[in-house]
Amino acid sequence: MGRSSSTKDAQALFHSLRSAYAATPVNLKIIDLYVGFAVFTALIQVVYMAIVGSFPFNSFLSGVLSCVGTAVLAVCLRIQVNKENKEFKDLPPERAFADFVLCNLVLHLVIMNFLG
Amino acid sequence: MARSLAGFLALFPFVLICGAASLFQPISDSHRSAALELFTPTHGSFKSLEETYEALRTFEVLGIEKKPDVTATACRSISETLGSLTSTPKDLFYALKANSIVKCKINEKTSEGIFTRLNAAVNGASSLLDFYYSIGGLVLIKGQTSKADVYLTDAEGVFRSVKAFSQSDGRWRYSSNNPESSAFAAGIALETLAGIVSLASSEMDQSLIITLKNDVSKLFDSIEKYDVGALYFDDKLVDGREHQGPLSTTSSVVRGLTALAAVTAGSVNLPGDKILGLAKFFLGIGVPGDAEDFFNQIDSLACLESNRVSIPLILSLPSTELSLTKKDSLKVRVNTVLGSNAPPLTVKLVGAFSSGSKDASLVESQELKFDAETGVHILSNLPKSIDVGSYTFVFEIVLHESEHVKVYVTGSQTKVPIFVTGLIKIESAEITVLDGDLGSIETQKKLDLAGHNAVSLSANHLQKLRISFQLTTPRGRAFRPHQALLKLRHESKIEHIFLVGNSGKQFEIVLNFLGLVEKFFYLSGRYDIELTVGDAVMENSLLRAIGHIELDLPEPPEKAPRPPPQPVDPYSRYGPKAEITHIFRAPEKHPPKELSLAFLGLTILPLLGFLVGLLRLGVNLKNFPSKAIPATFAILFHVGIGAVLLLYVLFWLKLDLFQTLKLLGFLGVFLVLVGHRILSHLAATSAKVKSA
Repeated sequence: MGRSSSTKDAQALFHSLRSAYAATPVNLKIIDLYVGFAVFTALIQVVYMAIVGSFPFNSFLSGVLSCVGTAVLAVCLRIQVNKENKEFKDLPPERAFADFVLCNLVLHLVIMNFLG
Repeated sequence: MARSLAGFLALFPFVLICGAASLFQPISDSHRSAALELFTPTHGSFKSLEETYEALRTFEVLGIEKKPDVTATACRSISETLGSLTSTPKDLFYALKANSIVKCKINEKTSEGIFTRLNAAVNGASSLLDFYYSIGGLVLIKGQTSKADVYLTDAEGVFRSVKAFSQSDGRWRYSSNNPESSAFAAGIALETLAGIVSLASSEMDQSLIITLKNDVSKLFDSIEKYDVGALYFDDKLVDGREHQGPLSTTSSVVRGLTALAAVTAGSVNLPGDKILGLAKFFLGIGVPGDAEDFFNQIDSLACLESNRVSIPLILSLPSTELSLTKKDSLKVRVNTVLGSNAPPLTVKLVGAFSSGSKDASLVESQELKFDAETGVHILSNLPKSIDVGSYTFVFEIVLHESEHVKVYVTGSQTKVPIFVTGLIKIESAEITVLDGDLGSIETQKKLDLAGHNAVSLSANHLQKLRISFQLTTPRGRAFRPHQALLKLRHESKIEHIFLVGNSGKQFEIVLNFLGLVEKFFYLSGRYDIELTVGDAVMENSLLRAIGHIELDLPEPPEKAPRPPPQPVDPYSRYGPKAEITHIFRAPEKHPPKELSLAFLGLTILPLLGFLVGLLRLGVNLKNFPSKAIPATFAILFHVGIGAVLLLYVLFWLKLDLFQTLKLLGFLGVFLVLVGHRILSHLAATSAKVKSA
């Protein structure tokens, strides 16, 4: 009885989340997709390392951190681009995008150096 | 080992006696053959007239008949020099000297010219060497031409000018400005003065001659001597350039003195013992290896031999080693320095002393028999009191005729070191193993030390080993050799050496193994026994392997000394070493290739998922600017980003950080400019839309 209600509640929660998410603008969805892609890639790298061992460790770190870093930058971009966010009302989204690109390039330069 | 030591020990007695006794050999055939080797003309002539003279004089003195024939070339060069107007007095001097031996004819006109030139040179001379060459030349030309009236005008004046170069210590200077003085210059000066005296037209003032006598005796004060009785002159080294060695200096002085003694007829005398000392100096050189030294030696010896005062006689022995076994007899020769026969005389052996001992003579004074055929004085049988060993024999020369005593000088006594060898008898040799305290004999074996032995014994640490033998000299006396050693060598090559002591004729050594256990490092096993008996006078020194002994020693305690490490075989130490195999770092374990490739594929998967999601979201390029300029910028922007990513790939593959940063600088600037244009354009467009 409790279990069925909790599952029903979970299902209801899930559905409401889905419908609410569907309302988000497309560009934010693109960014969310990008974040998911980056995290997923990081996970696969971790699984690989778990299988074969951490040698060479610097390569593993650079791989994982590039994914994590780019995800973080994408999240920042999302915060800045989101129109509902009052804090960044005056910031043009193009500017935010330019920052995103620039930071990504710097991140990837460092990652490439560390990759070995 | 004994044999090599015998050679070294043969020199030992000579070193001991060197202070008192020595041996000089007169000129012999080895000198003659050396002369022919040293004085070889190149292409039929010698390099200079000086060398020609030296070579010819040497051949003349040594009486070498088969000498190289340089007469023709020498004559040519002599007449060239004598006829040339540019020849200096020095050239004329050496040309005339060479001519005195070669004896080419000089024509009247040339000799007149030479005489005038040399006379002028005498008058104009300012240094000792100028006088020497000009006066010497005049003396030579007088002897070579038929002119009888070659005289020096004002001989006394010239004499005084030369005398002015003398110093109070007997040495002479070369010129008035040069303060350097030497005995070599003294020799030259004396020769010059002798020449002046012989060229004087009338009798010279005797007082001048007497002052010369004083100079000569002062010069003799500076004579130096070697312990063996040789006397010589040497100059102190002042200036290395001008320094002549003792040989050149002494020969110069001898030439000058003998020339002076010849012309002053007894006024200037050379003491007889000094002459003998000088002769010994020249003979002591042996055979010189340098042509100039050879000439100096031979010329000086010829001067000493032909001087009117005293002719030195040299006592020499063809062999100083006598063997009692071969019954050698003592042979003595007496010759002049150049090897010619001596006048009738007797050699007496006045004493024989054992080296290093100051006891009375072992022999009585006796005369040696003279064998006229070989010219040798012989003592046929060595006296019974002479046993093996090293001795000093003392000889005396007694001339038969009394007038010879004034002419020849022999020295009072001549000491000669003699070495007498012989066979030493080794008898009653035996090797015994004795039981500990009781001393009872367990094994006893006789040894034949003259032949081969291979005894085989065994002993333990409670027993003793004894080896004994007797040594007797040919004359029946006890003998103590330089070496009497017993060596025990273990299988592991460790050796132990013991001295064999003696009392009288009996030699004995007892090895008490109980006391030697520690010395032997507690090593049991087979020891090879070797006996060495050796001495320089022993003709049958021996080094014999006697056999071996099996020693049984107790176990070493913990603190026992370990045997010393044996010397390493040099070939194994310095030879090639074992090959080194390098151990490289084991390569890291790589995961299997298939797994890595599988995961590479898996990594691409999220990217595909992203692209699929984008499509599902319905992305479009509607916002892409349509006008030309913004469109170009947009494209350039994307191209720029793509270029940077490509640069990163290249950075990973092959570029280094600095190259990348350099390129990134350029690309970055480009990207910023382009990006700024397009993004500001897009911003302006969306702002317009918003406001509209």
